[in-house]
Amino acid sequence: MPQFAGGGSGISQKLMELLLALLFAAGGVLAIVEGQRLGNGWDFDGPQAGYFPFWIGILLVAASLVNFLNALRRNRDGQLFVSWQRLFLVLQVLVPAVIYGVAIFYVGIYVASAALVLWFMRGLGGFSLRQAVPVAAALVLLAFFVFEIWFLVPLPKGPVEQALGF
Amino acid sequence: MLAMRGSRARLCAMVLASLCWAATAAAWEPSKPIQLYVPAGTGGGADQMARVIQGIVAKHELIKQPIVVQNKPGGAGAEAFLEVKEKKGDAHLLLITLSSLFTTPLATGIPFRWTDLTPVTMLALDEFVLWVNAESPWTSVADVLAAAKTQKLKMGGTGSRQEDHIITVAITKATGAQFAYVPYKGGGEVAVQLVGGHVDTTVNNPIEAVSHWKAGKLRPLCVFDSKPMPYTEKITSMMSWADIPTCKSQGLDVEYLMLRGIFMPPGVTAEQVRFYVDLFAKVRATPEWKDLMVQGAFNQTTLEGEAFKAWLAREEERHRALMAEAGFLAK
Amino acid sequence: MTELAALFHGFSIALAPHNLLLMTIGIVLGVLIGVLPGLGGANGVAILLPLTFTLEPVSAIILLSCIYWGALFGGAITSILFNIPGEPWSVATTFDGYPLAQRGRAAEALTAAFTSSFLGAFAAILVITFVSPLVAGFALKFGPAEFFAVMFLAFASFIGLSSAAPFKTMAAMLVGFLLAGVGLDTVTGQLRGTFGSTELMRGFHFLVVVIGLFGISEILQSIEEGLSFKGRDGRIDLKAVVRTWAEMLKHKAIILRSALIGCWMGITPAGATPASFMSYGVAKRLSPHGAEFGRGRIEGVIAPETAAHAAGTSALLPMLALGIPGSPTAAVLLGGLIMWGLQPGPMLFVEQKDFVWGLIASMYLGNVVGFLIVLVAVPWFAAILRIPFPIIAALILVVCAIGAYTVNNAAFDIVLMLIFGVLGYVMKKLDYPLAPLVLALVLGDRTEQSFRQALLMSEGSFTIFFANPLVASIMIAGFVMLFWPLVARLRSRRTGGARAAAQAP
Repeated sequence: MPQFAGGGSGISQKLMELLLALLFAAGGVLAIVEGQRLGNGWDFDGPQAGYFPFWIGILLVAASLVNFLNALRRNRDGQLFVSWQRLFLVLQVLVPAVIYGVAIFYVGIYVASAALVLWFMRGLGGFSLRQAVPVAAALVLLAFFVFEIWFLVPLPKGPVEQALGF
Repeated sequence: MLAMRGSRARLCAMVLASLCWAATAAAWEPSKPIQLYVPAGTGGGADQMARVIQGIVAKHELIKQPIVVQNKPGGAGAEAFLEVKEKKGDAHLLLITLSSLFTTPLATGIPFRWTDLTPVTMLALDEFVLWVNAESPWTSVADVLAAAKTQKLKMGGTGSRQEDHIITVAITKATGAQFAYVPYKGGGEVAVQLVGGHVDTTVNNPIEAVSHWKAGKLRPLCVFDSKPMPYTEKITSMMSWADIPTCKSQGLDVEYLMLRGIFMPPGVTAEQVRFYVDLFAKVRATPEWKDLMVQGAFNQTTLEGEAFKAWLAREEERHRALMAEAGFLAK
Repeated sequence: MTELAALFHGFSIALAPHNLLLMTIGIVLGVLIGVLPGLGGANGVAILLPLTFTLEPVSAIILLSCIYWGALFGGAITSILFNIPGEPWSVATTFDGYPLAQRGRAAEALTAAFTSSFLGAFAAILVITFVSPLVAGFALKFGPAEFFAVMFLAFASFIGLSSAAPFKTMAAMLVGFLLAGVGLDTVTGQLRGTFGSTELMRGFHFLVVVIGLFGISEILQSIEEGLSFKGRDGRIDLKAVVRTWAEMLKHKAIILRSALIGCWMGITPAGATPASFMSYGVAKRLSPHGAEFGRGRIEGVIAPETAAHAAGTSALLPMLALGIPGSPTAAVLLGGLIMWGLQPGPMLFVEQKDFVWGLIASMYLGNVVGFLIVLVAVPWFAAILRIPFPIIAALILVVCAIGAYTVNNAAFDIVLMLIFGVLGYVMKKLDYPLAPLVLALVLGDRTEQSFRQALLMSEGSFTIFFANPLVASIMIAGFVMLFWPLVARLRSRRTGGARAAAQAP
């Protein structure tokens, strides 16, 4: 694998390999604990509720261990998972997406969606507000009519919708 | 001029006051779409009933606002119960219940009891019938019980530690007959498993098994109610629902009926409850509802107010006792 | 030939002008519903069910089943264009459909998907028309042991296909199994893996996980690679349709085999999801270009789409004849039948001839009408990729969020979706395969439940998995598929060795 041309530094592939293996191993440990609680034995008429979680947990820990050691052993110096420069690009999408996900709890999905579209078009696409506002408004109104009015599917709503009587 | 303005002001005040009075005097009415939560997945008995109600209310224009059905099947209804409990005072939220109202909290230990909700009305009770395959040698309850004492019979049912499972345990307790209980996801599936001979007997609701009975694949033995069902229209050439004897008369002293009821979140006003009690009385008067009752051979008992609460308290105690005995309570 | 007479009577009912109009409305609505993930066919049908109260039962079921057709076609669109499967049985379509779209062949992939859906569904309708009394009883033979055997077969035909590092494949699949187990355990009624959290009680719904793993992670990866979706410059015109058909002619065997797998799985009724995975696995195994699967082979779209829709359609047969639904949508339709006073089950074909044959006729017509509508729209669908990236990315995020929410009506699922989006992005970059995870997540729960149900019945004895010819033959087929890579390697070594020997002087 050649180095990325632009950004010289970033998060190394190796570090991420190790972290993901640890994450999966942790999931395996949780499953083992839960399996133990539910009963990991074999009754006369088949496995107990915790049998499969328990053994799958053990296998997952084992597989993750192999993946961990493989990653540790393989010494591909400097191979990057992502360069800082590219990570910045990804975060430009990811951070607003996370804020969007959290905002839905407080202002409802419609207001949050409008804000998201505005941000993407203004911040990433370089569209003018005059272009972005109609698109955002159209999307939200369309979604509102399709789901809320037409299909009678209630989506999360916030104070704005409540003030309008929904 | 001044006096005139004064009188006009007084007039305005009077008009305003009378408007206010009119507003409080007019009965409460929903001002936005009403959500009807189903604590189970799409296609089950509770879901079907909820969607029939939605259709009836829309077709007969019983209220101006639509009813919107939402399925919340998480954790055998636990999710729906906890959510409705949290929505204090929300008069635009209804919950249709089944036996999981009692069994889920008892079996899983979630912090919920029916007293956390406002009971509105009992819509109907769902019957349970003991079924065997028509090709089996058993033609009476006694035959099945005798067989179950020499070998373990396979009993198919919906879910684990829920109504079908509880009835099975109650039969064992009452008679000593032994069953290996096999849980499935839905009642329709259970009936087909019985037709296919994968299980020996079931306690399906009438609506889940009626078509197989009609086709001559299943045989009903008794109904777990205090009196026979009232529907005398012939289902097969020989029998109607009314011809199925009660289990008690056949020497199997077990009674079980499943609640189909409507609840609201806690903290709603008496006026709001009355609105919905009236609404469901209108729903029950429609021909579509009556059709549904006949098709499912429902027990059409309805209760409201204090009588309903007393019934709920009694049922909860009974479930607790039965489940404690079976070892189904959450530790 | 009584079927034919009855069928023509059915056509005369379905061809009434108002029914034709309802059919078209249903298809268009269905495509819309299918394109929006979360608003799946089951949802759409459930929501519109009460509105059909005012129609005659035949008209109502025509409208609803056409929504179903439209949704089936629509599901492939997002899978191919954005790597977002709207239904579990569209997952396998993304494996080759999305790479094709990335290489500028979106129009071909869409055409292949629509055409295969059409052919698969058509095969299933023929089965329903002519052999329904024969095969309806087949579903009765399926107890828990048989269900487990089918799931085993689905896993076995799929396992070992991945070219990734074996321990990474294993870890991915195990994670899928663990996620599938969270929530209420059907067999014992205990809560598993929820650690006291109400939010986890509903478990990890496949759609929430897959929208995140596939859809959101794809947006993240696209932005890293320069703010655009690949494949926007592909040639898009109706000629692509003809070109694709010419290519599909070469894959007759795959289509036929996949349709058979699909019909079988629909009738049993194991459902469309195992059918699509199984058919994809078998196609890859048997293809001389097996190694290129997953990088954009047209067969990789044809096989799962044909099987999924053959299964989805034939699933209506056990619903009508036995009252057991083979799919969530069929379950809702079942509720509809009961509402209109039609009791599904063995007597429906006897007592409600007009209704049944009207429905079957509408399946033929609905499928044809739907196929024509979506086919004409292929260039439009493919042109969606030309919308500027910032707009389309925001739209996809919004649509994904709505989709994740509507599955369980839970805002927490939107957060979960984002978490899985990041996980998917990391896994893809580290060469962890996602398909085994999704397969285990979609089928894991049912596999475990039927395994345990079977053992409850046999009181713990494994002989139940070989107790009759049916279950035994499925299990053996499963073992053959499981060890196929070994068999194939041995065989190629032997032939390779023989050739070497022959070449030796």
